[in-house]
Amino acid sequence: MAGKIDELLVRRVAQLARLELSDQEIVQFSMQLSAIVNYIEKLNELNTDEVEPLAHCLPICNVFRSDEVLPSLTQERALANAPDAENGYFKVPKVLENGGGA
Amino acid sequence: MEWTVRALQEQISAGQIRSEEVVKAFFERIDKIEPQVGAFLTLLKETAYEQARSVDEKIAAGQPVGPLAGVPLAIKDNLCMTVGPTTCASKMLEHFYSPYNAHVVENLKAADAVIVGKTNMDEFAMGSSTENSGLKRTCNPWNTSRVPGGSSGGSAAAVAARMCAAALGSDTGGSIRQPAGFCGVVGLKPTYGRVSRYGLVAYGSSLDQIGPITQTVEDSAILLNVIAGYDSRDSTCVSEDIAPVPDYTADLEQPFEGLRIAVVESLLEGAQIEVQQVIAEVLKIYEAQGAQLVPIQMPHFDYAISAYYVIATAEASSNLARYDGVHYGYRSSRAQDYIEVYSKSRDEALGPEVKRRIMLGTFALSSGYYDAYYLKALKVRNLIREDFTRAFEQADCLMLPVSPTTAFRLGEKTADPLQMYLADIYTIAVNLAGVPAASIPCGLDRSRLPIGFQIVTAPFTEQTLLRIARMYERCTCWHQQLPEIAQ
Repeated sequence: MAGKIDELLVRRVAQLARLELSDQEIVQFSMQLSAIVNYIEKLNELNTDEVEPLAHCLPICNVFRSDEVLPSLTQERALANAPDAENGYFKVPKVLENGGGA
Repeated sequence: MEWTVRALQEQISAGQIRSEEVVKAFFERIDKIEPQVGAFLTLLKETAYEQARSVDEKIAAGQPVGPLAGVPLAIKDNLCMTVGPTTCASKMLEHFYSPYNAHVVENLKAADAVIVGKTNMDEFAMGSSTENSGLKRTCNPWNTSRVPGGSSGGSAAAVAARMCAAALGSDTGGSIRQPAGFCGVVGLKPTYGRVSRYGLVAYGSSLDQIGPITQTVEDSAILLNVIAGYDSRDSTCVSEDIAPVPDYTADLEQPFEGLRIAVVESLLEGAQIEVQQVIAEVLKIYEAQGAQLVPIQMPHFDYAISAYYVIATAEASSNLARYDGVHYGYRSSRAQDYIEVYSKSRDEALGPEVKRRIMLGTFALSSGYYDAYYLKALKVRNLIREDFTRAFEQADCLMLPVSPTTAFRLGEKTADPLQMYLADIYTIAVNLAGVPAASIPCGLDRSRLPIGFQIVTAPFTEQTLLRIARMYERCTCWHQQLPEIAQ
């Protein structure tokens, strides 16, 4: 199907979603997402000019709690599942290029 | 031995049988049946026996025990538990050990339940067949060439094969009710806000709800008693001032006098002929008990799949942004910089359906498309909810099929994601409206595959829903049918 969601758009969305897709996945997603979006456009059959959006169905609005300090995870437990950690920190590759920085 | 939660709890707490013996009997069944079904991702033999012995000791010492005392249960593997990994059937979380327990897991423990294992599911609960599991294949116990349904397919298969007395699942678009229907067991999705989602790995946060998968209606009531109620750690959990939590077992045996059942004729036409015939039989059984059928229209029901796949995927794309290869979960070894840690880890560890939904949701929320897709879907969601509100002004419940067909073949729909989505037609609108619904076994097709029907009621009326379900169950014996594999 000639895609509503062409490969260029798939690449752009993948970048936004932080997904590194293979060329094959990009072709496949372009076709599949186009078919799904085509179906979804059924929504346009309905006139919703006077309809409020509904984000959830709860009979409650703002939920507040008092600003109290409660027990939380220890540093050790919070880091226990980290793929890489050092000196009590999460460790990632360098974010700034050499010579960069504040 | 009778395997229901009710029967086991009664015998164990009365000291007629020890929990340890019961747990042993279930593990013997698991050893025998599990290789053909593949319902579990993790078995918790050691801790299960410890829990069982501790319950037995309490009983021997004459101490009070909880409403699930010594009963072997399973949980879907998207419920955080500090014993064993919590994988969501994803390579992303294959080695993730939760530092805390979900609210419902705390509740099960407080009720003295024994947790025998964690069940397979579609990865991150995204799917309708459990074929999207990144870790394992689960087969339908009624016919191992068929899917168990999904996403709580492992939980439904485990209960159907009596490898546990009951299980917990989660339901975002039918993920409790559809596998329950495909496997011939009872599945209940409570009202959104009835059960705390604290410790449920998030998929579509405005739709997700935890609920029981059981052999009988009464067992669902017993489990709901244990898991329902307010929890401050989930801000969408409704306080008991607004919606009190009754004893769901209290008037289960009292038929609902003058029951009015809403039926949408036009919706039935899309279902397999045997499904239509069985639903007609179900309605006759209610009519014979004095119920009145009220034909109604649900003009926006047909738009539910479209609205759902925008809203759920939008929420998923946001929720799953947390899998960044940094804090927990899988990290790619090929990543050269910080962005690649994120994008390569996700590419390598997430399965195709999860990627597809993240893509669809990111698209629907992206600049230039937000109004046309996401906002439009939220407006249609409001129209769908109004359909339900109007239905419950005219009737006490709505009855529908659970799925248009019985369990399809493994591999039958995996190549075409849209076809898989369309199979959710009867379950999805319920999540958009936030109302409670249950799947009740009501027949077998000519291939001996289970058929279920769905009862939907107004928000926070699970007690009524279960009573209505029990009216059917007490007149029939579909809930006692067992797959050959489990006999």
